[in-house]
Amino acid sequence: MISKVLKYSFSDLIRSRWSYVYLVFYLVLGFTLLFLNTNLSKAIITLMNIVVILTPLIGTIFGVMYYYNSREFTELLLAQPIKRSSIFLGQYLGISLSLTISLVAGLGIPFLIYGLFQSSVILDFIMLLLSGAFLTFIFVALSVNIALLNTNKIKGFGYAILMWLFFAVIYDGIFLISLVLFDDYPLDQFTLVASLFNPIDLSRIMILLKLDISALLGYTGALFQKFFGTYLGSFISFGTLLLWVIIPVSLMTRFSNKKDF
Amino acid sequence: MVISISNITKKFGNLTVLKGINFDLDRGGIFAVLGPNGSGKTTILKIILGMVIPQSGEVMIDGKVVNKSWGHRKGIGYLPQIARFPDNLTVNELISMIKDIRQMPAEEKVLIEKFGMEPFLNQKLSNLSGGTRQKVNIILTFMFDSPILILDEPTAGLDPLSLVRLKELIQQEKEKGKIILITTHILNLVESLADEIIFLLEGDIYFKGSVQELTKKTGMNDLEHSIARILE
Repeated sequence: MISKVLKYSFSDLIRSRWSYVYLVFYLVLGFTLLFLNTNLSKAIITLMNIVVILTPLIGTIFGVMYYYNSREFTELLLAQPIKRSSIFLGQYLGISLSLTISLVAGLGIPFLIYGLFQSSVILDFIMLLLSGAFLTFIFVALSVNIALLNTNKIKGFGYAILMWLFFAVIYDGIFLISLVLFDDYPLDQFTLVASLFNPIDLSRIMILLKLDISALLGYTGALFQKFFGTYLGSFISFGTLLLWVIIPVSLMTRFSNKKDF
Repeated sequence: MVISISNITKKFGNLTVLKGINFDLDRGGIFAVLGPNGSGKTTILKIILGMVIPQSGEVMIDGKVVNKSWGHRKGIGYLPQIARFPDNLTVNELISMIKDIRQMPAEEKVLIEKFGMEPFLNQKLSNLSGGTRQKVNIILTFMFDSPILILDEPTAGLDPLSLVRLKELIQQEKEKGKIILITTHILNLVESLADEIIFLLEGDIYFKGSVQELTKKTGMNDLEHSIARILE
């Protein structure tokens, strides 16, 4: 049943104008970057900074927007013999997949044309897309949760944007301030653990390390390289990103099971 | 088919809408759920469907508790109060989508003809008027052969001809032995169709019985005055 809900919400989204706007945005971005600078590796670094901020933002906005706009569809489905969790999971996968496809196609096409397969950075590029996909799935789940808990659209939108702002900007701010304040203490462990609690930071670190430019980060970079560079480190960081998807998704099914429609 | 509702309580925030409702529907027929605005008519119907989750109590269909399940909806046709559909679909697409989801034999053609919907089949739902949307709503509800029908204000926005057709349709379904739960503000529909009235007042069942019994109880000549009497 979940696949049927997925099919209909996916086809609904694919037909919507916004999916194309998002796809075209990445196409233009990819071509422009590669046109200005044919060095794929440098383009990936520039893209990383955009992808780790933009995919969460778009995921957040689409998540709330789709939830509120598809209330009619949801209500119609709720009266049908379908499990509630299937309805919400199907819609969630519909949004996340359509956004991920826009990302992968939008950046993939220009890179393919500029000779991605002949270059040595193909793994770095895949890492970039993978992080973007993870961030999309994470932030869509978080924002659907916010929408489920807020019947009031304006409030829901407000909280969702605040959530994004927190992870994209405020978290790093607090992080930096605490590093400065507690400068006298050993902060290695704290820094590592704190970066696991923010999916945006985690993705950024993973890409940076993959690009092998951690030397730019100085001592912290060395520390991170020591941790994330190992198999255990990459295992933990991927596991954490996965948890960042699984926990909000299971919360989503719980909230939806308790909600009145 | 037996629907039995026991001890259903529902609060929305501080507002208690249903205070431990009990009733049984143990035979086919048309049951009109009446009551003033905000008395919990829609709420009780949605609880039977599983769209609203009660604080306590049970809904049983044929002896099985269905509160937290979803499979029982296969046997229920539901006509919601407000006909809201995904806007970018056409009528045809919507009908085939619901057929695809339900995977049950459907007889939509007869209904499309009955309500004169042929010219609208390829129109987007967002372009339809309120009454036409309500006809789509009716087609979606009646096209499956469900043993239970839940109709929340089915007459909203219908023209007189469609109203007559709808009455015929409800009557036809009743003759098949179905349980039909209906809420409406059109009392003449209740008088001409309902076998039994369930009257909700202040979160409780104030009265359950036939129209005649209600008029007798209140000492009035007709349903309209009886109800006005109760609400005074």
